[in-house]
Amino acid sequence: MVDRSIENFECGHRACGGCGVSSAVRMILKGYGENTIVVNSTGCLEVFSTPYPETAWKTPWIHSLFENASAVASGIEASLKKQGRLDTEKILIFGGDGATVDIGTLCISGAFERGHDFTYICYDNEAYMNTGIQRSGATPYDADTTTSPAGKCSTGNSLPKKDYPQILVAHGSPYVATASMAYPGDLMKKVEKARNIKGPCYIQVHTPCCTGWGFDGAKTMEIGRMAVECGLWVNYEIIDGELAAVKKVKRVPVDDYLKAQKRFRHLFKPVRNDAEIAKIQAIADKNAKKYGIDIE
Amino acid sequence: MEGSIAIAETVRLCRPQVIPAYPITPQTHIVEGLASIIADGRLDAEYICVESEFSALSACIGASTAGSRVYSATTSQGLALMTEVVFNSAGMRLPIVMGIANRAISAPLSIWNDQQDSIMMRDSGWIQLYAEDNQEAIDMHILAYKVCEDHNILLPAFVCFDGFILSHVYEPVDIPSQELVDEFLGPFNPYQKLDPKDPISFGMYATPEYYMEFRYEHDQAVHRAAEAIKKYGKEFGEMFGRDYSELVVGYKLEDADIAIVAMGSICGTVKDAIDEMRADGKKVGLLNLRCFRPFPSTDVAKALAHVNTIAVLDKNVSLGAKGAAAIEIKEACYGSNIPVYDYILGLGGRDVRKKDIKKIVELAEKGEGDMFYGLREEVL
Amino acid sequence: MALGIGCTARPGNSRNNKTGSWRVFYPVMDTEKCTKCGTCQLICPEGCIDQNPDKTYSIDLDFCKGCGMCAEECPDKAKAISMVMEEK
Repeated sequence: MVDRSIENFECGHRACGGCGVSSAVRMILKGYGENTIVVNSTGCLEVFSTPYPETAWKTPWIHSLFENASAVASGIEASLKKQGRLDTEKILIFGGDGATVDIGTLCISGAFERGHDFTYICYDNEAYMNTGIQRSGATPYDADTTTSPAGKCSTGNSLPKKDYPQILVAHGSPYVATASMAYPGDLMKKVEKARNIKGPCYIQVHTPCCTGWGFDGAKTMEIGRMAVECGLWVNYEIIDGELAAVKKVKRVPVDDYLKAQKRFRHLFKPVRNDAEIAKIQAIADKNAKKYGIDIE
Repeated sequence: MEGSIAIAETVRLCRPQVIPAYPITPQTHIVEGLASIIADGRLDAEYICVESEFSALSACIGASTAGSRVYSATTSQGLALMTEVVFNSAGMRLPIVMGIANRAISAPLSIWNDQQDSIMMRDSGWIQLYAEDNQEAIDMHILAYKVCEDHNILLPAFVCFDGFILSHVYEPVDIPSQELVDEFLGPFNPYQKLDPKDPISFGMYATPEYYMEFRYEHDQAVHRAAEAIKKYGKEFGEMFGRDYSELVVGYKLEDADIAIVAMGSICGTVKDAIDEMRADGKKVGLLNLRCFRPFPSTDVAKALAHVNTIAVLDKNVSLGAKGAAAIEIKEACYGSNIPVYDYILGLGGRDVRKKDIKKIVELAEKGEGDMFYGLREEVL
Repeated sequence: MALGIGCTARPGNSRNNKTGSWRVFYPVMDTEKCTKCGTCQLICPEGCIDQNPDKTYSIDLDFCKGCGMCAEECPDKAKAISMVMEEK
């Protein structure tokens, strides 16, 4: 049972107003419960929450480098095991999409292969946001970022979004899930579930970024819902390698979701780029088929 | 026994709880030895077969902050790969002890000995100790834990020993008893740790208002380590019978005209050469640098004040400048007007023999120095 | 105040940073309309919404950045929160 009264993330941090990550982190810490040790990669979350001497974390918390959170967590887990603390205390790793799907892959692969007991949360705002909105392996097709800009000869990011959860499934992770901060109840339940499953669990959480994606901060959850409703983001659980649960939707075309964000505005101005939007629609259609998200 | 195995047996006595290990020549026998010790139930530790050296030291950070004594070992390429974590762990002031089986750095690739790997980390804020023989290599591991874990120090340490020359060589060593090591070290008592009962944020970031002060305090800690090494080195001597109360050790130096300065196993060869040169009437002495960081400037200046020539043997080179030890020795002796000659030698495992030492002394007497010694002209 | 060795700190002092000063808009909560669903408290990125003794909610303006998520997500049947421009 998730204890919603838990407040382990304090006010006074320096996230943008309307930040999807800080909202998600508050929910996730409720879902994961007390006796949590947090390991955090370099990135938005680490930077806005710990400018010395101010820290927003009421849990024990450690940040080392950009790419090594999983290796640091492996060491913590081994130490807790030796000290007999691993039954009560659990490790929660936070890494942004850049820290996870790109630079962190070496350490993540090793940690998951060795089967350490922890939960890894990738907060996915779909770019290197902290450094100013650069393209990452999780940036969706045709998104405008500073290193994959739209221009006269470009329609934005020309590469697909990396299917990272599959990589962890291949490593034999007992619990691999996707979630969205736009669905708090679902997110918190998944986090609680992951805590209680022994082994390396992974949850990729969609955390819309008003600053990076270009929308009004009040609409953060609305944008998150639109992503799920058009099929560009799918919430699912893979338990012991088998697809176990999927959020079904009455699917709508991708247009409204894309139109609502500056990072896709180039697909509509000066004229609607039918070919590119069709490609993005095809991605949503493929997701729908692969995961069976359409309500008949 | 083999140097690597002696080190493994000694690390066992220090009771690390977590050992993240990645193999690399010539350190492999150490990590294999430790794995074997654990598999036989002779050490109760978690052994993590990490996927790279980068992860090895990162896991050390995690385990140390969570409240465990840790150990790892590496060399050359592995140490280079860990660079980010080396600086990070020192700045986080974690008492990690790491064995370095000194090896040359690529490119060109070489598995053989020189000291470039640990030398290139001299800016990192880690303590650096250099062993002359396998006995020193194992004693320095025990001493390092004692110094590092002092709440007034809180620094990581490299225990450096020449790869192959020490790691793979069989020498008789005195492995101390478990009781003595337990008495000397005691259980790991971290200054602060990850604990839900007393939550702390580790590794925050520092704005320009704070960064310099953190670096200053770190620097002060490294300087303080000099006295800590001497103090605990003396206690070590009283307990184990081998004294480490000096950061620099003279050999036939008190009345020497010419001083050779060196670090590591080469000192053994130098001592033998000195004995022969003394028999021929040449007053040569050795200053063995046991500790490179903190750099014992005052001790060096004092020890060398009376000589008329200094020949520094560098098994490393700061390319485009000079050997690292020579630069620091020169700085320590500044104002004394004693000529300091740099001899870069032994790189990539090039053998250094007694006759080379004698030749170097002759060159120094003629005022010829600041060179790569022993180049094969026919290859150039 | 001595430096936290290794750049460390104990919790609590992020509250020294009053992020309410960032605001352009501020939320006005009408507790009469509040249905006590708790959505605003759950989703607020700052965590600056607290429960009153009567189970309605109030927003701590010391920290509220005025993002408007609470007003947006307050259920249609309540719409207890409205965003008003700060007078400067």
